[in-house]
Amino acid sequence: MSLEILSYSFMHRALISGIAIAILCSVVGLFLVLRRYSLFGDAIAHSSFGGIALGLLAGVYPLWTAYGVSIISALIITKIKDRYNISGDASIAVLLSSGIAVGLVIISLSGGFSIDIFSFLFGSILLVSVNDTVLILALTGAILIVILLMYRQLLYSTFNEEQAKVSGIPVEKINYLIIFMAGITVVTSIQLVGVLLISALFVIPNVTAIMYGRGFKQTAIISMSLSISSVVIGIIISYIFDITPAGTIVLISIGLLAGTMGIKSAGLLSKN
Amino acid sequence: MLNIVEISNLIVKYPDVKALDDVSFVVKEGDFLGIIGPNGAGKSTLFDCMLNLNTKYDGIIKFFDKDIRKSKDYLKEIGYVPQKPIFEKNFPVTVNDVVRMGLKDESNEEKIDDILQQLWIHELSERRIGELSGGQQQRVFIAKALVTNPKILILDEPVTGIDQQSIDLFYSILRELNSKQKITIIWSSHDLDAVNQLANHVACLNRTLFFHGESEKFFSDDKLVKQYSEASMQEHMHHH
Repeated sequence: MSLEILSYSFMHRALISGIAIAILCSVVGLFLVLRRYSLFGDAIAHSSFGGIALGLLAGVYPLWTAYGVSIISALIITKIKDRYNISGDASIAVLLSSGIAVGLVIISLSGGFSIDIFSFLFGSILLVSVNDTVLILALTGAILIVILLMYRQLLYSTFNEEQAKVSGIPVEKINYLIIFMAGITVVTSIQLVGVLLISALFVIPNVTAIMYGRGFKQTAIISMSLSISSVVIGIIISYIFDITPAGTIVLISIGLLAGTMGIKSAGLLSKN
Repeated sequence: MLNIVEISNLIVKYPDVKALDDVSFVVKEGDFLGIIGPNGAGKSTLFDCMLNLNTKYDGIIKFFDKDIRKSKDYLKEIGYVPQKPIFEKNFPVTVNDVVRMGLKDESNEEKIDDILQQLWIHELSERRIGELSGGQQQRVFIAKALVTNPKILILDEPVTGIDQQSIDLFYSILRELNSKQKITIIWSSHDLDAVNQLANHVACLNRTLFFHGESEKFFSDDKLVKQYSEASMQEHMHHH
């Protein structure tokens, strides 16, 4: 059975896309988690719901409008947060609810929920097309290259903004870069786990990896490995048992987190 | 000798108070300047202006004879050690990671090794920063400041909340950096005794500049020290 699964081309596409998204979410998510922006991915995902609805209404491929709406609204809310000194969690709440509100109004204008909307809400990795796979790989590659090139600036401004500024790092621009990359990552990942579970991929593997890793690179590698394992095992199990891949993937990563907590409680990992 | 820093008529106004009022002084190459003053005297505000973290000030701040409003190049020559660096205890970075954050490019392993050894943190290099004591963390931040070969080291009350043994080690390191490596040091502190022992120049700040000159002059003038101590005490009582 298991070998037969691997012979299907839709499964190849699902696994390749899933692995790319797993890598992308864990790396970008690590910066968000460490900046106490864990729910920002969730907020962007919810705002993308408005973009998806807009695309369906206008007859445009919904992910394109989702990219536009998510990135623009994430950048605007970050600007508003800085300018009016709104706290991070409050700005996330504003972004999250406004995205859903816009989406609901547009959907009701266009005659109610359709099957397309549900596939975006809950993910549809087994239906991913060749074009989607190519796009996912290209965006993953591009973002990873940016992160590698800007690694020191990204890490330093995440660690301590004030010191990074004194060292001449353009912290504000770096913050916008992270938000921009998070926007692209979220919309790219919608096909894997859907709007509702996206923040799980950003947060859970990283929270787990932080318990294991020492340095930053080690933590990022552990997070990527946990994320890839959850996605691959999740896709295969969900196919075998005919259950939702999104929920299965997230439950596996929660299982890995719970296991790590157990190991830590038993004193087998250092307290930090 | 070259003027490293020249501050002229610096004024910082907050809505209800002047944090700094007409502060002027000069720091020359090789100086070890101790800036003393009670809490709320404006020491951190002064540093924020010098480090371009606060740009809402009147007056002129020059580094290497250049107005810092016109050029930010001077920041490359500064190693900055903040009062108590704020970071998540679980932040997954090792001592090595933190020290390398100060570098423009990954380079010169030997130099990094030397600095870690000089600061007695070589054996901690693979430990996570959050696992270290306050004194060890502070030495890591000095190491980070030093890897870029700065001409000036700026330290904002660097020993707050650190045990006495670590403080002694910290001070001996500062003395060596100034005397052997000729790094100009600007350092704010509450501790008059430490300033007396280490600094060759003193600036007494209490929103205005109460005194600036050679530390011998200040500490040998009992009247001046008493006057400063009384002013500080009044400020302290006012704060409480």
